[in-house]
Amino acid sequence: MNKYLERLYNGIVKENPTLILMLGMCPTLAVSTSAVNGLGMGLSTTVVLIFSNLLISLLRKIIPNQVRLPAYIVVVASLVTVTELVMHAYFAGLYTALGIYIPLIVVNCIILGRAEAYASKNPPLLSAMDGVGIGLGFTIALFIAGALRELLGAGTVFGLRILPKSMSIGIFLQAPGAFLIIAFIIAIMNLKGVKTRQKQLVDSGCNGNCAACTVSCDKQKEAEQK
Amino acid sequence: MKSIILIIVSTAFVNNVVLNQFLGICSFLGVSKQMKASASLGVAVIFVITLASAAANLLYSLLLEPLGMDFMKTIVFILVIAALVQIVEMFLKKKSPGLYKSLGIYLPLITTNCAVLGIALTNVQKEFNFIESVAAGFGTGVGYTVAIVLLAGIRSRINEEDVPAPLRGAPIVLISAALMSLAFMGFSELVF
Repeated sequence: MNKYLERLYNGIVKENPTLILMLGMCPTLAVSTSAVNGLGMGLSTTVVLIFSNLLISLLRKIIPNQVRLPAYIVVVASLVTVTELVMHAYFAGLYTALGIYIPLIVVNCIILGRAEAYASKNPPLLSAMDGVGIGLGFTIALFIAGALRELLGAGTVFGLRILPKSMSIGIFLQAPGAFLIIAFIIAIMNLKGVKTRQKQLVDSGCNGNCAACTVSCDKQKEAEQK
Repeated sequence: MKSIILIIVSTAFVNNVVLNQFLGICSFLGVSKQMKASASLGVAVIFVITLASAAANLLYSLLLEPLGMDFMKTIVFILVIAALVQIVEMFLKKKSPGLYKSLGIYLPLITTNCAVLGIALTNVQKEFNFIESVAAGFGTGVGYTVAIVLLAGIRSRINEEDVPAPLRGAPIVLISAALMSLAFMGFSELVF
């Protein structure tokens, strides 16, 4: 398979950031209240991810190894600020709906994780393609969670009525529903025998970090050794 | 005074940072396996969030707002928080090795905890003054600690139960969190 297409497949299926690697749970839980919100959050994260991978890959030989994490954070934070301003100007509805979770893309584990694991070691175009793949994988997962919650909670998908109003279970639109829907999605994958890294999610402190998964983990191990 | 207490109660319980706002989910799920670690992380979070809220508020009201650079807040806050945690870590290492040993390893974890940045940004959005920001930060930290310690307790019970096979691992933890979140929704009736 073409190596660029392989990146797409890897991001969407093989290493789907949310469904397989279990990263970026905060936005997944928080903005999956409707299909539109899920899709909007997924796509804005994808845009940031593509450009951060591209920029970091271009700068990978210039950034000194010791300060790479702060450098990555500055790159990602700048891109998030640009995205935020663009969304505020052109997609005001979505901007209000996603609220604080847009600036919080900065601390999304997936973005710094990809910078560290892929973009810092690979050429720019391949890294950008990795961003497209991983971003779409995240978007699809958010869309599935959002659509399911909207369907169960309000009986609609994208605002179109599918189930009668009397059959909707309001709790799925509220906070507990977010935890429940993700729990059931993982349970169904367990049932089907899909291998996920859920152990990381609930077992270890260092991998359960919101961002810079690998980086902080190294630091923690260092501290433990001392 | 009344408004300060109100802010603390509402950030700690009514709008619980983890169970209602979904911030800091990763460490909430990851560290809650052990009770002792959860409690230590909770204390470290209270400390860092309170400090970070204070620093973010000062920076915003003294520097960013007068200069009209409101849009820079995300970048400035994340860098200041990262630097702050680093300084706290160094300070503890030097001045109090005992405390460093029990809290130190959690400090780097908190740098990129979305709860810290989330609260700093929420405080700006709600136009809190300095004291209100510190109170909101403290309340948030307390809410986080309550949630993670409770979940750690529940998980130690679950470990001894016979959970259906597909629900073992992450799903049962998430379902526990869902039920906790449901219970915390009761606090929203506390209207002042």
